[in-house]
Amino acid sequence: MIPAAFDYLVPSTVDEAVRLLADAGEEAKIIAGGQSLIPVLRLRLADPGKLIDLGRIPELRGIRDDGDAIVIGAMTTHYDVQRDPLVHDHASLLRLATDTVADPQVRHQGTLGGAVVHADPAGDLLAPVLALDAELVVCGMDGRRSVAAKDFFVDYFTTALRPEEILVEVRIPKHTGWGAHYEKFNRVAQAWSIVAVAATVRAENGVITDARVALTNMSSIPVRAHAVEAALIGGPASPGAITSAAAHAAEGTRPTSDTNADSTYRQHLARVLTSRALTAAVGA
Amino acid sequence: MTTTAEPEVGRARLRKEDARLVTGRTRWTDNLTLPGLLHLAFLRSPVAHARITAVDTEEARRMPGVIAVFTGRDLAAAQGSLPCAWPITPDQKAPPAPPLAVDQVNFAGEAVAVVVARGAAQAQDALVGIDVTYADLPVVLDLASAAADSDLVHPDLGTNRSARWVFDSAEAGTGGDVDAAIGAAEVLIERTYRQQRLIPAFMEPRSVVVDPTGEQLTMWSATQIPHILRLMLALTTGTPEHKVRVIAPDVGGGFGGKLQVTPEEVVAMVVAQRIGKPVKWTETRSESLLSAHHGRDQLQKLTLAARRDGTVTGLKVELLADMGAYLRLVTPGVPILGAFMFNAIYKFPAYRFECTNVFTTKVPTDAYRGAGRPEATYAIERLMDELAVELGRDPIEVREQNWIKHDEFPFTTVAGLEYDSGNYEAATARAKELLGYDALRAEQRERRARGDVVQLGIGTSTFTEMCGLAPSRVLGALSYGAGGWEHAQIRMLPSGKVEVVTGSSAHGQGHETAWSQIVADQLGVPFEDVEVLHGDTQISPRGLDTYGSRSLTVGGMAVLKAGEKVIKKARRVAAHLMECAEDDLEFAGGRFTVRGTERSTGITDVALAVFAAHDLPDGVEPTLDSEATFDPDNFSFPHGTHLCAVEVDTETGFTRIRKYACVDDVGKVVNPIIVEGQVHGGLAQGIAQALYEEAIHDESGTLTTGTLADYLVPSAADLPHFDTDRTETPSTTNQLGAKGVGEAGTIASTPAVVNAIVDAVRHLGVNDVEMPCTPYRVWAAINGANPSTPSTTPAPGGGLGSVTPTEPTGGTA
Ligand SMILES: Cc1cc2nc3c(=O)[nH]c(=O)nc-3n(C[C@H](O)[C@H](O)[C@H](O)COP(=O)(O)OP(=O)(O)OC[C@H]3O[C@@H](n4cnc5c(N)ncnc54)[C@H](O)[C@@H]3O)c2cc1C
Repeated sequence: MIPAAFDYLVPSTVDEAVRLLADAGEEAKIIAGGQSLIPVLRLRLADPGKLIDLGRIPELRGIRDDGDAIVIGAMTTHYDVQRDPLVHDHASLLRLATDTVADPQVRHQGTLGGAVVHADPAGDLLAPVLALDAELVVCGMDGRRSVAAKDFFVDYFTTALRPEEILVEVRIPKHTGWGAHYEKFNRVAQAWSIVAVAATVRAENGVITDARVALTNMSSIPVRAHAVEAALIGGPASPGAITSAAAHAAEGTRPTSDTNADSTYRQHLARVLTSRALTAAVGA
Repeated sequence: MTTTAEPEVGRARLRKEDARLVTGRTRWTDNLTLPGLLHLAFLRSPVAHARITAVDTEEARRMPGVIAVFTGRDLAAAQGSLPCAWPITPDQKAPPAPPLAVDQVNFAGEAVAVVVARGAAQAQDALVGIDVTYADLPVVLDLASAAADSDLVHPDLGTNRSARWVFDSAEAGTGGDVDAAIGAAEVLIERTYRQQRLIPAFMEPRSVVVDPTGEQLTMWSATQIPHILRLMLALTTGTPEHKVRVIAPDVGGGFGGKLQVTPEEVVAMVVAQRIGKPVKWTETRSESLLSAHHGRDQLQKLTLAARRDGTVTGLKVELLADMGAYLRLVTPGVPILGAFMFNAIYKFPAYRFECTNVFTTKVPTDAYRGAGRPEATYAIERLMDELAVELGRDPIEVREQNWIKHDEFPFTTVAGLEYDSGNYEAATARAKELLGYDALRAEQRERRARGDVVQLGIGTSTFTEMCGLAPSRVLGALSYGAGGWEHAQIRMLPSGKVEVVTGSSAHGQGHETAWSQIVADQLGVPFEDVEVLHGDTQISPRGLDTYGSRSLTVGGMAVLKAGEKVIKKARRVAAHLMECAEDDLEFAGGRFTVRGTERSTGITDVALAVFAAHDLPDGVEPTLDSEATFDPDNFSFPHGTHLCAVEVDTETGFTRIRKYACVDDVGKVVNPIIVEGQVHGGLAQGIAQALYEEAIHDESGTLTTGTLADYLVPSAADLPHFDTDRTETPSTTNQLGAKGVGEAGTIASTPAVVNAIVDAVRHLGVNDVEMPCTPYRVWAAINGANPSTPSTTPAPGGGLGSVTPTEPTGGTA
């Protein structure tokens, strides 16, 4: 379908973008890669009067080393994330999850920032961001602030971002040398997750010294499987230990029912997929 | 001298039409533009069943660029009622089917008003300015309760049951009494299977352009049926037939979905006539899913009677078929196309088929690839597996015990059809070899013994179908509103080139290539020198178009017949030119040779001489051009054996196709690449029914699979490598020996996949999984949970799935 008419604004700096957003108020919408927004506009589920395109702001794109963390600009495409050596070395979980997103065409357009702000509970990049304890750096007229991933996701398609703020960058503490795996379950190759599990673990001499597990589409927001992590840490990196830890995966989750799965099946999948994700992460 | 060039027929030619189709450098309907062209947008009902109590178009009329807004009431007198060409019984009940709803809507997505504007975007914008007030009526969604007349879709009809159609072999004299067979059965298999609702999902959206400014009104449409459409437009709107020209330019797929006279075509025509300006409408993908006709949707109650030794003694079929809200072009006939196929390749002695066609408040159903025959094949091939299990026998062995042996053709079946040829033994043996049947059975046993998480299953499906639609007298006997012939013309141009005019209307099948190959061989001219013209009622004046795997066996035959007439005319002239008797001439490789001499002349030389017309025999018209209309004596009966091996992850219920092997017998092959392409595409669609696709409505009757994020069409990444092969048993009912391949893959593959899944988990207590066999359903079946769809709420898909296209209430970040 044809979207309703809108004005198209192209700022060249973050400050200018924030000012345009503040001036336009409710009426404006940020557009990043457009891979989620444009379908929504075309179906006329939204008709913002103004679109502010972040695509020409160089500082929003790219990945840099910042000591203990790597910093990914909000406008960095999925394609760039997949190929970046810093991501590869220090946040391989994010790379593995990004590999499962859509198809090459979409990955060339879609951005990490767009995926995070869109906050689709079935989106594949929220769970890794949560598991890796990322900080989301946002900017408004009053300057920048940083929000922990665990506080950023609020509800379906809703985040802690205020209307006049934009997401600037994603800071991910280095998880150098951690094993990782993203286990995604869907019906066809190009689809959002029915359930998926993001797992990253550190093991020394056959003992799991640290573990992070987060679940996709098990709630209105991505959820950390803290009980699984607790059961793992300090224990052996063995199949038995992994299976019994994974049995806790669905604790406290309240997943929805839809055409692909009811909540019981989703909880079952969470346990099975957690076990598989951990097995792969430990082996990796 | 005769040339001994390699024959064109049988050659793996790349398709001559592909360069323009694949690059999109062609004329799709939506690419066309005309001076002063205006654009249409349709307002569609968001509710499934309601009285329209008021429509206010005032605001829309005042919006920028808007020329006019019409409601059903505005067009009521001119728009007529959409045609149904197949009254299956004399007392069939059919409601009026206005292209724009007038005072009642009967499915969500039905068009209620149309905006005409200068730009397509402006037309779309103005839809919000139309205010329709609906008074809800109870929705009728479930097939079984609809058949029980719980609530009525069309109260004026007094019932939801449109027609009941019965075939009984005892009554027809083609076999025994099925109830007697059931009474005496040593083994009874009783099952109910559901054919879910599918959406044809052709690649090119529907599009129509109407120019009313000439002496003839011209319609360009993305249709499979320009000829039928022209006649139906004339009958529906009252515009005389000779004042209507229909053009199907290049058309991007149809699968039966464009075998229709659509509401939008009729409205575009009526609106163009009313305002006297050319108009265009092109649908969006969601509009297509929501309003273009759907396919399948049957509930099949089946009883198979057999002896302990495995011999089937009778089959009883009781169907409920969902018509949706209206009877479209061939809606009621779709189940009837399956009626003769439930007995499939087998020698059943008794058979009864009974079908009740039922209205619901859903999108009308109609032809979808295979139309009736996939449903029939699914039912019988699932039953044959169940019978084998009941008897503890190999499923292929039980089939072989019951099928028609190769030396028993021609064979008259219990449904009264005469199968001309076939060799089920050969196709099956080759398929087993291709799959590695025995090795996979061994692996299956090993995995079972080991209790592996991933279990292996092997599914068998044999099939035949009646295609090459159709002998006109048979269609007459079935009360179909037209014949089944096809027309062709061959024009010999003075420069030696050849134009072939065909009534077939290709929309992706490759007729330009195949017809060129046939004519090149027949007339002895180069492949490149043949041009195939089609899809315009002014260029190809007669035709019955393309569907039902009919084009080669009927349309190709018409071409061959026209060619014979060209040669006959040319022979007379050649004899005159070479001063010999016609009987002294031999025709081969494009040349007439005087028998026993070196003297010869080419058919293209004759064409030039005829053009000049300086020296022709007395009484001979100066033309070689010839036409022919071919009406087949019988259907053709392609067959095949499809074997599928799947791996089922018993922890998640996920099915992966491990190996797919099929051997099809489509008779003589004109072009192996085209056949291969048809088989691959057919397999993809049949596998999609088994695993992925389903049109789902929520409890209010809204289609919740309204985008391709929810209606799961598989991509190449989801499909396995296909191991395909062929046996070639020529058809004896047409000179080409061809049988039709368009629907084969779709018909055979669905039961092969489902049989494989059930086979993989049968030892876990499963004897059926409803289609599509989603991971959830397979998992639920293994775990004894209720394997119904858990919810009609669409799954998330980037925020799209959580809203319905007609009710934009969802949100985004
Ligand atoms: C065919 C297809 C398949 C897909 N498959 C998957 C999949 O398998 N898994 C998956 O996870 N995703 C999938 N996606 C979604 C894809 O990952 C999107 O790229 C992503 O969700 C959004 O990124 P974007 O840059 O395109 O954002 P946009 O569409 O441009 O924006 C999305 C939302 O975020 C807001 N926004 C974007 N950037 C900012 C910012 N910096 N500050 C403030 N607000 C911002 C916008 O206003 C908008 O509301 C698919 C998309 C398509 C089209």
